[in-house]
Amino acid sequence: MRLEPIANPTVTRTLSLPLLALTVTVFVASFLAMLAGANPFSVLGLIIDGAVGSKFAALETLNRATPLIFTGLAVAVAFRARLWNIGAEAQLYAGAVITVLLGTGALAWPSGLLLPTIAICAMFAGALVLLLPAYLKTRFGVDEVVTTLLFNFVVLLLVSMLLEGVLKDPMGMGWPKSARLIPEARLPRIVEGLRLHWGFGLAIVSAAVVWMIQTRTTLGYEMRAVGLNQKAAQFAGIPVNAVLIKTALLSGGLAALAGFSEVAGLKGNLTLDLSPGFGYTGIIVAMLAFLNPIGVVVSALFVAGIFVGADSMSRAAGVPTYIADIMLAMALLLMVLAIMLTRFRIVRE
Amino acid sequence: MEIFDILISASFWTAAIRIASPLIFATMGELICERAGVLNLGIEGIMVVGAFAGWMTVYSGYGLWTGVGVAMLSGMFFGLLHGTLTVPFGLSQHVVGLGITLLATSLTYFSYRLALPEVTSPPKIEAFQPLPIPVLSEIPVIGPALFTQTPLTYLAFVLVLVVSLVLYRTPVGLALRAAGENPSAVDAQGLSVSGIRIGAVMVGSGLMAVGGAFLTMSAFNSFFFEMVNGRGWICIALVVFGAWRPSKALLGAILFAAFDALQIRIQQTPLGANVPYQVFLMMPYLLSILALVVMSRRAEVPAALMVAFNKGER
Repeated sequence: MRLEPIANPTVTRTLSLPLLALTVTVFVASFLAMLAGANPFSVLGLIIDGAVGSKFAALETLNRATPLIFTGLAVAVAFRARLWNIGAEAQLYAGAVITVLLGTGALAWPSGLLLPTIAICAMFAGALVLLLPAYLKTRFGVDEVVTTLLFNFVVLLLVSMLLEGVLKDPMGMGWPKSARLIPEARLPRIVEGLRLHWGFGLAIVSAAVVWMIQTRTTLGYEMRAVGLNQKAAQFAGIPVNAVLIKTALLSGGLAALAGFSEVAGLKGNLTLDLSPGFGYTGIIVAMLAFLNPIGVVVSALFVAGIFVGADSMSRAAGVPTYIADIMLAMALLLMVLAIMLTRFRIVRE
Repeated sequence: MEIFDILISASFWTAAIRIASPLIFATMGELICERAGVLNLGIEGIMVVGAFAGWMTVYSGYGLWTGVGVAMLSGMFFGLLHGTLTVPFGLSQHVVGLGITLLATSLTYFSYRLALPEVTSPPKIEAFQPLPIPVLSEIPVIGPALFTQTPLTYLAFVLVLVVSLVLYRTPVGLALRAAGENPSAVDAQGLSVSGIRIGAVMVGSGLMAVGGAFLTMSAFNSFFFEMVNGRGWICIALVVFGAWRPSKALLGAILFAAFDALQIRIQQTPLGANVPYQVFLMMPYLLSILALVVMSRRAEVPAALMVAFNKGER
C-alpha cells in the first residue's frame, strides 16, 4: 500500500473521520468501563455530566483547562518550528518555584506591581530551563527530545530538594511543601464567590498574543519557515539557530506561566504534586489543536473536560481513574491518523 | 580512598551488572528500531507494560519463562501498533511514540487496579534467583559480578552478541540497516521497506518489554507505579552514546550502571550524608545528558532515521 494526496478533500471526509476517531475512543472507554463492572451505556453520559453538568463541574473544567492552555501553547509554539519541547513539565515547575520565591513575602509590593513582576520573572525562569536544551541542539546537534525529557526528572528532583530545604514551610509540620503566598501575590477570582481565577483570563490573552505573533510578525513567519523546511529557510537567509532559540524562550516562558497560574491562582503554595503531568498533556492539547493557538484553547477545554468528566464518572461507577489517560492517548493516536487520512488516500499496489 | 574501596569490591560490580541488565535489553530494542529508521519513543510505556505483564503472569501461577514470553508478546503488540501508525501511515514518530507511552502506561495502571483493587502494598513473586556458573563464578571480583547473576542477565549479554551477529553478518541485518540508511535501495531490491521496519519495531519493542520485565522478575520482585522511572528515556540516550552499535551501547549501559551503583554507595558514606539525596538521584539523568553532548560530534545517525518512506514518491 501507499499513500496518495487528495487534491480537494470533501467536507464529509474532513468531518467524518475525526468524528469517527472520537466515537471509537468513547466506544473503547465504554468497553473498558464494562470490564470494570460499570454499565457501558452510561459512561458517555456520566463523563459529559461530570464535565459540564453543573456550574461547579463547568468551573472545575475551566480551572483544569487553564494550565493546559499554557502548556498546550508552549508545545504548539515549539512544535510549529519543529523544536520538540517535551519538557514543559520542567518549565512549569521553574515558573512555580519563582512564584513561591518572590510571592511569599520577599517582595512586599502592592498586587498591581507584584503580580506582573512575578509573572515576568517566572517566564524568564521557564525560558532559561528550555534555553539549555535549545543551545545544545543548535550548538552541538544534541537531540532535544531526550534532553528535555531528562530535564523533567532533574528539575522535579531539584524542586523536591528545595521543598525539603530553603523553600520548606517552617509551619508545614514536616511536609515537603512551601509556605503560602502573601495575599498580594494571589491571582484574584474573576467573579467573587466562583472558584475561577484570573489565570484563566491570562491564558486566553496568551493564546491571542501567540496567535498575533504567529500570524502578524516576522518572527512568526520565520518560525513557520524553519518548521516547514529548515534547509530552505537557511537558504532564504533566515537565521535558523537564532529563530530556534527565540522559539525556545517563548515556549519555555509560556509553560512557566502554567506554574505561576497554578500556584498564584489555584493552590497558593507549592507541593511536589502541583502538576499531574500538565506538561505532557500539553502535547496532546497542542496536537489535537493542529498546533493552532486559538485551537489550543478549544482542545484544552476538551481535554480538561475528559479529565474532570472521567474523574467524576470513575468515582460514580467505580472505574479506575486511569481511564481518562487511556481515552486521551486513544484520542491522540486516532486523531492524528484521522487527520492524515482526510488528506491522503490509501492505494493498494 | 573510600571510593577506591568501593570500586574494587565484588558486591559493587555485581550490583552494576544487575542494574545494567534491564537497560541492555531495552537499549538493544531501541537500537534495532532506530537502525531500521524508526525512533521508538514508546519505549518508556512499553517497559511499563512488560514489567506488569511478566509479573502478572507469574503472580497468576505460571512459570517465570512464560512470564518473560508474555512480556515480550505484550511489547510486540504495542510495537505492531507503533509500527503500523508510523511506517505505512507515516505519522510523526514523536507524537505516536509519546502517545504509545501514555496508552501503554495508562492501560497497565488500569489493568493493575482491575486485577488488584484492594492491595496497598504490591504482592511479591518468586522471582529469578542467581544461578552461579560452575568454576567461572570462583574467580575473584569478576566471578560474582559476571557469573553469579540471574538467568535473565546472562540472556542480556547473549542478546548483545546475537544482535551484533544478526545486524552485521546476516542478510536480514543488512536489509534492516539498509532500511534505516537508504530505503529506496531496499525497495529497488524488491524488498518491502514497510515490512522490515514494522518487523524491527515489533522485535525491538518485545525486547524493551523484557527489559521492563527484568525489573519485576529479577530485581524488585513486585510491580509498583512509576517503577520504570525514566529508564526508557535513558536507553534512548544510551543508543546515541553507543553510536548505534550494539557493543558500544553495551559498554555505555555498563558504565552508566556502574556510575548508578557508585552513587548509591557514596550516599551511604559520611561524605554523602551531608549532600541532599536528590543530588545523587539527579546524577543518572545529568550523566545521560552529558554523554549525549560528548558523543554528538561523532555520532553516525542512521541517514533515514525518522524519515517516512512512501513507495513511489521521489
